Amino acid sequence: MTLWLTILGMGMISFALRFSFIYLVGKFELPAIVQQALQFVPVAVLPAIVVPAIAFTDATLDLSLTNARIPAALIAAGVAWRTRNILLTISVGMVALWLWQWGLELR
Amino acid sequence: MKDFKLFYRADFLLGMKTIAPVIVGVIPFGMISGITAVENGLSEESAQIMSVVVFAGASQLAGVQLISEGAPVLVIWLTTLMINLRFTMYSASLAPHVQLLPIRWKAIIAYLLTDQSYALSVTHYAQYEPMENDTGYAQTSQRSMPPTPQQKAAFYFGTSVTVWVVWQLSSAAGIFLGGSIPDRWSLGFAIPLVFMVLAIPAIKGWSTAGAALTAAILSVIAKPLPFNMGLVVAALAGIGMGMLIERSPLAQSRQPPTDHQTKDK
Repeated sequence: MTLWLTILGMGMISFALRFSFIYLVGKFELPAIVQQALQFVPVAVLPAIVVPAIAFTDATLDLSLTNARIPAALIAAGVAWRTRNILLTISVGMVALWLWQWGLELR
Repeated sequence: MKDFKLFYRADFLLGMKTIAPVIVGVIPFGMISGITAVENGLSEESAQIMSVVVFAGASQLAGVQLISEGAPVLVIWLTTLMINLRFTMYSASLAPHVQLLPIRWKAIIAYLLTDQSYALSVTHYAQYEPMENDTGYAQTSQRSMPPTPQQKAAFYFGTSVTVWVVWQLSSAAGIFLGGSIPDRWSLGFAIPLVFMVLAIPAIKGWSTAGAALTAAILSVIAKPLPFNMGLVVAALAGIGMGMLIERSPLAQSRQPPTDHQTKDK
């Protein structure tokens, strides 16, 4: 019973956050400064998700070369920058990760 | 049923086509969330129901972790709130595009909101809008007419319905097929890769680059903050930096000397 309540609450909270401004906008005019801020949402939020996922192993910062995600991510970033091709970026990134991990195992 | 006029097939299909490559990253994410839920002691039904009701990967992962630890319900809810706080920013950013639509469509749009369909949709809409910041003349439209709100919604549904279906199927695959995928495949790495591909095309000049770099650095420094607040702090710092640069002489001087006011007409 508690489990269902917990899940339902999680769902309602997630929905409320997603609905928040979609519901509110139009009821009042967003200030210009807020509109300007909104342009930067994707470029700020996405790197803030990506970088810790690459640089941290569990809760520890790991910037050494034994962290295969770092070279793989740099290579993938290069591919993404040059080609803008999503599928190619993911493929190159995954293969780079596997090769680097394989290289580490061979050492 | 006259809402079906909203269903603009070409835009819906274009949305599906645009999101297709991103799906490669959604599948392992969904599977991992399914596997984690079952491994942490949730029943198969409750794990699948959570995927439908919550439909937000990162908070589902944190949620099942906390449930298995017997954390208080309020802590679980607070964690959900913090991890998903970024959705309010997406919601605000998407709002002007959908504000003319009926309320029940807005509710469905909100329920289906994810990082992936948000990022691809606003990037798609931005192709048709003259930008006043350092992106200068960003008029690279493939068609001459900007999309109507209904067409924008149709594109969005093309992306987000696809993500929803794939998310549910891959959750189910994780739940019912379990941990038969070896850890050493590191499929989870596809998740940050997808977010990276979504971010990079949005970096177009000094201000967006500064925003991204600031958020990236702060996300490492602020990582130890509880309840994933680090993400929110880093994002706000990045947004602040972007705005500062845009108002600085650096961005002003880079403004192309342009004819874009006339060109856009």
